[in-house]
Amino acid sequence: MTYSPHTDADRVAMLGAIGVASVDDLFADIPESVRATRFDLPSPLTEQEVRAELSRLAGRNRIPEVSFLGAGAYRRLIPAVVDEVVGRAEFATAYTPYQPEVSQGTLQSIYEFQSLVCELTGMEVASASHYDGATATAEGALMACRLTGRHRVAVSRTVHPQVRRVLETYCSGPGVEVVEVRADLSEAGSGLTDLSAVGSLVGGDVACLIVQEPNFFGLLEPMSELAAAAHAAGALVVTLVDPVSLALLEAPGRYGADIVTAEGQQLGIPLAFGGPYLGLMAARMSAVRQLPGRLVGATRDAAGRRGYVLTLQAREQHIRREKAASNICTNQALCALAATAYLSAVGPQGLREAAERSTIQARHLVATLETAGIASRRFTAPYFNEVALRLADAGARHAELLEQSILAGLVIGPEYPELPDTLLLATTELTTDEDIRRLADALGAAS
Amino acid sequence: MSAVGERSTTDASGRGAAFHSPPAGAGALVVEPTLFERSRPGRRAVRFPAASEAARTAAASQPPIPDAARRTAPLRLPEVSELELVRHFNRLSRLNHAIDIDFYPLGSCTMKYNPKLNEWAARLPGLSGSHPLDPGPLSQGSLELQWLLAELLREIGGFAVVSLQPAAGAHGELTGMLMTRAFHRSRGEGDQRRVVLVPDSAHGTNPATASMVGFTTRTVPSNARGGIDLDALRGALGPDTAALMITNPSTLGIFEDQIDDVLSAVQAAGAIAYMDGANLNAILGRFRAGEAGFDVMHFNLHKTFSTPHGGGGPGAGPIGVSPRLAPFLPAPLPQLVEGDPATVLANAWSGRSTPDARFALEAPGVRPTAIGQVRTFGGNFGMHLRAYAYIRANGAAGLRQVTDDAVLAANYVRVRLGDAYELPFDRICKHEVVFSARRQKREHGVSALDIAKAILDEGIHPPTIYFPLIVEEALMIEPTETETRETLDRFVAVMRDIADRSARDPEAVRQAPRTTPVGRLDEATAARQPDLGWPFPEADRTEATLGG
Repeated sequence: MTYSPHTDADRVAMLGAIGVASVDDLFADIPESVRATRFDLPSPLTEQEVRAELSRLAGRNRIPEVSFLGAGAYRRLIPAVVDEVVGRAEFATAYTPYQPEVSQGTLQSIYEFQSLVCELTGMEVASASHYDGATATAEGALMACRLTGRHRVAVSRTVHPQVRRVLETYCSGPGVEVVEVRADLSEAGSGLTDLSAVGSLVGGDVACLIVQEPNFFGLLEPMSELAAAAHAAGALVVTLVDPVSLALLEAPGRYGADIVTAEGQQLGIPLAFGGPYLGLMAARMSAVRQLPGRLVGATRDAAGRRGYVLTLQAREQHIRREKAASNICTNQALCALAATAYLSAVGPQGLREAAERSTIQARHLVATLETAGIASRRFTAPYFNEVALRLADAGARHAELLEQSILAGLVIGPEYPELPDTLLLATTELTTDEDIRRLADALGAAS
Repeated sequence: MSAVGERSTTDASGRGAAFHSPPAGAGALVVEPTLFERSRPGRRAVRFPAASEAARTAAASQPPIPDAARRTAPLRLPEVSELELVRHFNRLSRLNHAIDIDFYPLGSCTMKYNPKLNEWAARLPGLSGSHPLDPGPLSQGSLELQWLLAELLREIGGFAVVSLQPAAGAHGELTGMLMTRAFHRSRGEGDQRRVVLVPDSAHGTNPATASMVGFTTRTVPSNARGGIDLDALRGALGPDTAALMITNPSTLGIFEDQIDDVLSAVQAAGAIAYMDGANLNAILGRFRAGEAGFDVMHFNLHKTFSTPHGGGGPGAGPIGVSPRLAPFLPAPLPQLVEGDPATVLANAWSGRSTPDARFALEAPGVRPTAIGQVRTFGGNFGMHLRAYAYIRANGAAGLRQVTDDAVLAANYVRVRLGDAYELPFDRICKHEVVFSARRQKREHGVSALDIAKAILDEGIHPPTIYFPLIVEEALMIEPTETETRETLDRFVAVMRDIADRSARDPEAVRQAPRTTPVGRLDEATAARQPDLGWPFPEADRTEATLGG
């Protein structure tokens, strides 16, 4: 199957206009010595066959009937209207709004997205989006280095392990040192970033402290105290947040965060085995010239009509080249559109309902398992909608439950060797009482 | 639409309808209020079920969210009905130009048709509902798809191994440069090799990427034929060279016909040869970078392999590498851990699963030479599956045809417009052709920007302008293979007409566009007095502040 419209007659006419005998003549500039000697790909398929093949692969996946898996990507309701909006070809098949006169749809939607990110986070300026929460966080750390002139960043051990790995990778580029801030992960520990360890960063020439709220274990960090301690060390505060949690939790701008990042997948974007997702990034207006990524601004045309343009592009690679704030070109515009549509579809009430139901079901889950004597909370700090539970023989039990189409969250031992026999379970608004009962029954029966 | 057509100032096209032009008498549609202006307290679309009584009772025994952690500021998200939401975004969508509306010859972006079949595939619940941390037994389909796509890209690029992790072309570049550094470090030359050579025709990401990795860049000039200046390259190469980053075909749309010499020189200097694969659409089945001797190349799935550009992302930028760079690829790679690769491939190409095959992600830390992870999870899977569907639909024959037709179209435009606009490099081009409007600028005061704006009035998206930087008043045209000859002819007619009008009535061209939802926007003010987000009424802010 090919999507080319040309008939043989078209091709002949075009070759004639060009004045060559065959299309091969148009490739005469590729030296013989480097021409491809093979191109061994399968035969073309018809639509029917492509459908069968993709259905085959989709059928090889197993979507569990009951899932408590989160750990950075969450199964939430995607309102039908969101998929309808992002499916509009006028959005999906456009590109970067280089010609603002015919890109006002994309530009205005990004302006609205930036506004929503500022409102959620309590910050003054937000970028048009990044690849995902982790790359936004890593870019935030590098931005903190530019703002402070320092070359060391501190990251809490309670930040998502994959985010920390991405941070390490990004920082290895310019040679920024990453130091880990320990957390209290001891038996009956809080599960939180060690405040005294943050205090000891004073004099350490640290550009920023990176913390996650709620942290990887779903726990609420003492953000104001952490921010104050980091600021006392002359460091900025980079906070990786859960955007849904911000319906209930304090806006980071109010506890002293200087740069706020988030993984926006929960805002109307499918799990899709890890991407495309959506990196959110917001900061203070005073730092805007060091903010990486595209920005859309409102302006007027000669007739006084309001319109939107890409702006402050002097920060960007296509103008600044080697002196740019980042090499990032694209944002995740269609994912940002999904988030914008999602946030306006649910509105302030809906986001609160989703967040509240998620937190109630988490407590329902913990209470059910604790009352039955099946599992207990691994940490003492208050939690949001995800919780680390201690369970004897967690790995084996987790595998057993899969046989019953129950996914009991994530076994976190491989990422945290100091936390054996621990499961990380997430609940969302989609978690039903029946889901919790099935998990409890299955674990109870197996114990 | 007919009313719009009447506004067209040329009959060159035969159908001058501009979808994005304001429908007659519907001026109110042109400026769509923001969501915040549409918002009214109490309106809403989606509701969520309340937690059950049983859940609330059970939850009450657990520690609540502490008051100190709770939000103190009101959350001023838009409050709109579902119909208003739908109208808002549909009206906004009508202000956009898009491939599905009309021709989009934006150079270096490969704005080809994005097949609907791929969108169907992306919405299969078994794929869209696959969690990235699902244990292996649940995610065999996702892993197999990624493994198969990597195998296909490996063959297309002639590389040893492919990683799908990078989320965009620039992200692939970053990955490639990090690997370059890791490679030199592994040989004890990390401190010595600090310079990345970049031709003067390069895209801005190349030097920006090199900087992000702590390299310095040195620019290599082009020669009079639009290729790299080989003597200058040889002079610049040395023991301090980490890599050459080269786009081939170049941003001039020209295949580097001295590529053999370029690669030998780079290899002799002990440097890494990086190929920016942005222009792969021009060479499918004709040139395989890995086979020719490049160490690393990124693929832009949103260009060559038809995944939608989405208004500026998401894309995907997998990278292919030579054997000597393979140890440094980002982790984790999807792998076939049980089963015979040839059998699995043969089965998949016949639409069958291999029962005893098992796929898995590399365990963390198992490959200590890896540069690490460049993003969470395994990359933009939603783009991977679309690209996979596209490659399978086309097969080898279809992909060869893609390239042949893309190059045919660009050369057709080249010869049809060659007397209307200057061609700085008048030779066979590949997927795109770069004209210069310097004659129009010099003789009539009509710039490339003015010409671009005049094209907008004909319902066509303009070419890329002012890039590559080495061409004055550049107009960079990439027609792609999916446009009919009639569309190309219409574009040619529009471009010729604008060239005529630039001579006859330059002021009118400078006044374009006239039919778009807004006219030329004041970008200077936008940058001087940035308005980057909705200004909520001050009363709200005060209340919010007091609330804290």
